[in-house]
Amino acid sequence: MRKPSPIIGLIFWSLVSLLTLFPIYWLFVISVKPAVQLFSTPELILSDPYWGNYAKVWGDRLLRSYMLNSVIISTGNAVICTVLGFFACYALSRFNMSGKESIFFWTITNRMAPPAVFLLPLFLLMTQVYTVGDWKLLDTRIGMILVYCTFNLPFAIWTLRPTVDGIPKELDEAAYVDGASSWQVITQIVFPLCRPGLAVTLILTWVFAWNEYLLAATLTNFNARTLTTGLSEYVTTTGTAWGVMATISVFTLIPALIVFGLVQKHIVAGLTFGAVKG
Amino acid sequence: MQSKRLGWILLAPTLVILFFFGVLPFIYVVYVSFHSWNPFAVNPEMVFNGADNFRKIVFDSAFLNSVGVTVMFVFFAVLSELIIGYFLAQAFMRDFPGKAIFRTIHTLPLIMAPIIVGSVWKLMTTPSIGIIPHYLDEWFGISMNIGTSAPAAFATIVIMDIWHWTPLVTLTLIAALVSLPQDPFEQAQIDGAGKRQIFWHITLPMIAPAVVATVFIRLMDALRTVDEVWMLTGGGPGSATRFVGVHIFKEVFPKTNYGYGSTISVIVLYLTIVSCWLLYVTMLAPRSKKD
Repeated sequence: MRKPSPIIGLIFWSLVSLLTLFPIYWLFVISVKPAVQLFSTPELILSDPYWGNYAKVWGDRLLRSYMLNSVIISTGNAVICTVLGFFACYALSRFNMSGKESIFFWTITNRMAPPAVFLLPLFLLMTQVYTVGDWKLLDTRIGMILVYCTFNLPFAIWTLRPTVDGIPKELDEAAYVDGASSWQVITQIVFPLCRPGLAVTLILTWVFAWNEYLLAATLTNFNARTLTTGLSEYVTTTGTAWGVMATISVFTLIPALIVFGLVQKHIVAGLTFGAVKG
Repeated sequence: MQSKRLGWILLAPTLVILFFFGVLPFIYVVYVSFHSWNPFAVNPEMVFNGADNFRKIVFDSAFLNSVGVTVMFVFFAVLSELIIGYFLAQAFMRDFPGKAIFRTIHTLPLIMAPIIVGSVWKLMTTPSIGIIPHYLDEWFGISMNIGTSAPAAFATIVIMDIWHWTPLVTLTLIAALVSLPQDPFEQAQIDGAGKRQIFWHITLPMIAPAVVATVFIRLMDALRTVDEVWMLTGGGPGSATRFVGVHIFKEVFPKTNYGYGSTISVIVLYLTIVSCWLLYVTMLAPRSKKD
């Protein structure tokens, strides 16, 4: 095959990267502009950055608590979804249960629900049904972690299934012959072998939970508010504080960037989403 | 074979969580869909009206229009994402200097929250302050106004979606391409097959499940998108970008027509499940049952 020259490749990839990065760059540009400049003629090159928005956001104690909530909720949710998803996949893959393929498909239908209408029943359930004495599930971190399971758990199951299916059953059987218990087989043999798939599931569910907006905006009001809902607080009747909003967006982006960078190399290995059988 | 009980025990937490946070709300929505109800009114009263909502939906041109717009959107966006994603995935299969960096850059849009993506694109495209209309006008003399021009708004949303989700398609296709066996390709080259023949007869059939899976995920998400579109255009101008997700949102919140909104949701959910089920049964399931 013809080998394309590295220069052309480099130019091609630089162009693609430029297009990819531009909106992110623009977000940053807006975050370092004072409000008055926003409505003047836009300029491509950044000059004279203004860090006032950053000082404002950094000094906002409320936003820091939102940040903490976001970290706890998305990490808790990602861990729960990955572990439970793994257990579910192991059950679906190894046991001959009746109707298991229907259950497998049914899980993903939970992700298809149009969110706008499901807000109200969730709100009612969390204020009136899922309560213990005075304690309500609404506006709690654990509540949000569980609610996010409705879209992340099916995703985890569907992403992990091919990985778990790909681990040969003979390995389990050999371990049983050696006298291992079911729990040991699952946690010490199959779980470590699924690591690439688990890493991808963990990171993608984390990102989905981190970025969720509509549910968080409706089902929390103070204690469990997340960073994305902090954004909408700057859309007011007197106009939108775009600069502050962009700054919060940049803050939202940084942790996601770090987490994503850490597992970058596992991503391709584990992302087959029910499609390719190893 | 071990006892099935262990299987059910492992599956139980998943089933319990999805039952309490997925099935129960769904049952509630189905119940409400047979009623006329405005929960935000001064005197909220749920009035049973049988199948009226369902009858209404058949003649509701706004809803039918939103289905049409959504189908068009899914078609243009997902098709472009597949084509661009495939070329990028193929390009990433080669080794070149700086590959890791370029791949990382390419996946960045994935980690951005839809609501942030919507805001940035709004700021980039709003007439008079946005950078895109500004330079389109200055360099090419094209005037672009997503507030008044329906095609411009629709195209902007499609491009935004391509920008945001092509990385996911690329990653899925890379994963599929990496795991392909090499023999058929070598054999085909020995037999003198052309590039195009290799693509249509070998590559495409072998990555078809991955392609279907991607379409599946994108279709599902496109039908429930609200944040991005709401932020960028609010469904307008007119109803040009009023996708079903946005349509339901508008029916429930500004119009507070909760009963009817529930009916639309039930119908949309039904349509989504049926189309995904057909895709799944015809394309994905036979392959996974083979061994």
